[in-house]
Amino acid sequence: MPKLPAPPLPKALKPLPKRPGEEGEKMTPLETAAEGGIHVVDWLDERTSLSGGVRWLLFRKVPKGINWFYTLGSATMFAFLNQAVTGVFLAMFYQPNVNGGAYESIRYITDDAFLGQLVRAMHKWGASVMIILIFLHMARVFFFGAYKYPRELTWIIGVVLLILTLAMGFTGYLLPFDQRSYWATIVGVNINGTGPLIGPYLSDFLRAGPEFGATTLSRFYAIHMMLIPGLIAALIGAHLYLITKLGISAPPWLKAEEEPELREAEI
Amino acid sequence: MPGAFEGETINRRRFMNVVTQGSGAVAAAAFTLPALGFALGPLFSRVPFSWQPIGAPDDFTTTTYVTKVLTIVQGIGEAGYSIAYVRTRDPKIDTEPEDQYNHWVALSSRCMHLGCPVRFVAAAQRFICPCHGGVYDFRGMVAGGPPVRPLDRFYTRLNKATGLVEIGPRYSVNSELHRFSPRDPGQPLDGIGQYLYPARFDTSSGPNGHP
Repeated sequence: MPKLPAPPLPKALKPLPKRPGEEGEKMTPLETAAEGGIHVVDWLDERTSLSGGVRWLLFRKVPKGINWFYTLGSATMFAFLNQAVTGVFLAMFYQPNVNGGAYESIRYITDDAFLGQLVRAMHKWGASVMIILIFLHMARVFFFGAYKYPRELTWIIGVVLLILTLAMGFTGYLLPFDQRSYWATIVGVNINGTGPLIGPYLSDFLRAGPEFGATTLSRFYAIHMMLIPGLIAALIGAHLYLITKLGISAPPWLKAEEEPELREAEI
Repeated sequence: MPGAFEGETINRRRFMNVVTQGSGAVAAAAFTLPALGFALGPLFSRVPFSWQPIGAPDDFTTTTYVTKVLTIVQGIGEAGYSIAYVRTRDPKIDTEPEDQYNHWVALSSRCMHLGCPVRFVAAAQRFICPCHGGVYDFRGMVAGGPPVRPLDRFYTRLNKATGLVEIGPRYSVNSELHRFSPRDPGQPLDGIGQYLYPARFDTSSGPNGHP
């Protein structure tokens, strides 16, 4: 039977060649475990060729001079992941019911549920952290000029992500359904309504009617936990693809290395 | 066209292309359009209204407002309540034409800046909004701050069978107190405003063809 060529592996995963004299010796449990791991990775890679993609994503070249400011994008993404995970667990207790059910379920999460206060606080404070980080990330990209050719599309997707994140903040603010949530949403929806021509219909769409009604809360909840998170996740994927494809821009203070012969050739 | 006989406008390949993409479009539309209609439906279904009794004619005076809690939206508890400030019409100060629906002046508590609830301060004879400092005079006209039009009003009538004052749907007014179908706060109705902020399809229409 013809043997398939061994798939390319990162150096760390390759089995060490046996030392002379070790031939035929019994493997230690640690070596067996390592062998098993390699087998699993091999099995997966033979069927998916994922190792190439993983290396393309993780083992790429980055310019000189990158620094901690370049981590703000990843920090924003981890804030989003925090929101997604804590949000899923909050959704297990939350009821989008305007007749007191929403407020009561939030009270239950905060006061009674085991670790509920912590998870809710992570979600609530994480929301503010995510807004702050996304603006810091945007400022970094702006002041480093990293939005310029060929990274314009990355910037545009990032702006859409910013808008979606703000929409998450707006829709999530209503969900505790206390006085502050209710009146802030009334004000926010009415600000939407001040847009000429389409404003009145936009606020009707948000409220599902001419007044704050029975389905307004569930509408906000559905937008908050299904519509926008899906869009954000998909756009983060596109954002990361473009970053990997185009590479990271060098900081603006780093001069391009001069190659005299190239310069002369140009002239 | 490559692969086609003389005079042929369509060949198998193009036909298959059109059929495949067309059926894909039909399949996508089959779930997109109903979902869209479901989300947009409430914009086009008119909300019915009912007349709610708020008291006997003697309960109200021309000199001060009585606070009445109304149910604007049924079935959602406290979130469906709203407040009307009601007084008897005073021909000396109420210059707008009188008809059967404004013997009692019922002002909506909703501020016309961004919708916070205003309160009537009897000592100042003013309505004052806690959010951004909107101020209205005794008739509900803008006296200061950011509001863009006078306070909304409700239609009122005397139910002759019960002898009680009843309150009906809400309507908006411009600075000359012309009636318009209800608009959201923040939308001016003077001049070009009434065209920039058109009437909506889901607000309850007023009685007997009134806006």
